[in-house]
Amino acid sequence: MGKATVIPFGPQHPVLPEPLHLDLVVQDEKVVEAIPQIGFVHRGLEKLVETRDYNQFLYVCERICGICAAGHSIGYAETIERLMGVEVPKRAEYLRVIWHELSRVHSHLLWLGLAADAFGFESLFMHAWRLRERVLDIFEKTTGGRVILSVVKVGGVHRDIDDSQMKEIIYVLDGIMDDYRKIMNTLLTDYSVKNRTVGVGTLSHEEALALSMVGPFARASNVNYDVRSLGNGAYGDLSDFQPILDAQGDCYARVKVRCLEVLQSIEIIKELAAKMPAGDISVTVKGSPAEGAEVCNVLEQPRGECYYYARGNGSKNLERMRIRTPTSQNIAGMVSALKGCDLADVNMVILTIDPCISCTER
Amino acid sequence: MSGFKLGGMTLGSVFKKPETTLYPFEQKVAPKGLRGHVAISPETCILCGICQKSCPCGAITVDKKARTWEIRRFSCVQCGACVRSCPKACLSMETAYTKPATGKSSHVVEVPDTKER
Ligand code: SF4
Ligand code: SF4
Repeated sequence: MGKATVIPFGPQHPVLPEPLHLDLVVQDEKVVEAIPQIGFVHRGLEKLVETRDYNQFLYVCERICGICAAGHSIGYAETIERLMGVEVPKRAEYLRVIWHELSRVHSHLLWLGLAADAFGFESLFMHAWRLRERVLDIFEKTTGGRVILSVVKVGGVHRDIDDSQMKEIIYVLDGIMDDYRKIMNTLLTDYSVKNRTVGVGTLSHEEALALSMVGPFARASNVNYDVRSLGNGAYGDLSDFQPILDAQGDCYARVKVRCLEVLQSIEIIKELAAKMPAGDISVTVKGSPAEGAEVCNVLEQPRGECYYYARGNGSKNLERMRIRTPTSQNIAGMVSALKGCDLADVNMVILTIDPCISCTER
Repeated sequence: MSGFKLGGMTLGSVFKKPETTLYPFEQKVAPKGLRGHVAISPETCILCGICQKSCPCGAITVDKKARTWEIRRFSCVQCGACVRSCPKACLSMETAYTKPATGKSSHVVEVPDTKER
């Protein structure tokens, strides 16, 4: 056994665009321990809730993270609606879910590109991002923003998607699906990809449960937990929703779960588009959250369960807002998965967990 | 091996229309409702200050005495809250993005006094 050495990883690292720092304790090229450190992009958004009213805070909440913007605005709006007992029209719930699932597609495609780039698989990276661009174009046409949608409000949504636009979306998604299948099959059957991911960074089912892992990371370790199966909002109207699971718990399983989730999201969008009810898209919300009223809410973000807590104080401002994001949960599992892996595999393990540091630090 | 599996798709791209536009020779048409920048038609503004109150970033300042409406473009996040809250509908969201700038200047608009005329 050689001497243990500490190798710093990040906060600036080519494999990860976000600032995550790890102290890797390495012995003979094997990681014996990984000590994470975050706090490079902390913005104190939860504190801001004291000086912004609950309508304004929606726009702040949306900017917690660019990739999860749609999810955060929906999660926050749902939390406030529960706090104030507001019933949202059915059509608005459908529209929210459609945008949210589109954002899952774009988030997973972005991740797929980054992962392919880390493998050195440049052409797959280009193809994945080319497809993602089409999703962003859908956002641009239907919401007016490419990444930050600003389309959700407390009580509903600001914009409707009419039938012709919906047809166009389905047409674009069908096109994406064809190309995506080819990309996905290439990635999942490729010899060198398997070589680098199978059996690497394994997290067992028991560990995933003990560490409370969430999202695709947990589902790759066979943890059957997906907030969407609780059936909140329009998810309740899906004819059949089964979370995508895998029992292996290694990097390959995580890649596979995420890859298949893109197809699942497209199916969800198609089903909801076909079932879309007519009617209003928003209700007027008056008043303020009552003093002492508190509520919690969960939502399945692309990276896993996101938890929202809010407490009112009788004024327009909230007393407290707490958001627990999926990556802040998953960092514990990431550290555990890193233990015992080769130094060269560290970036693969980190990427397949898909950490979102700006969410984590809020 | 994978290069060959994706090869068909990659080769096909050579013959297809490019996915990207050749900016600046070719410009993308802005879709309706794109959030580019906030514009004001000062003739109808009553300087009520509701837009200032609704802005989450404090990007707008309404000065009743000096009869000016001011927006700091670099603070504005194009959320559209001001546009929706204006009681006179004098604010609008235009599709064009603002030009890049070297300094964080603000845009001041004089609001004419319609009662005097
Ligand atoms: S722009 Fe509209 S909201 Fe703002 S001060 Fe003028 S009238 Fe009032
Ligand atoms: S668009 Fe939003 S950020 Fe910009 S001035 Fe209006 S309210 Fe403020």
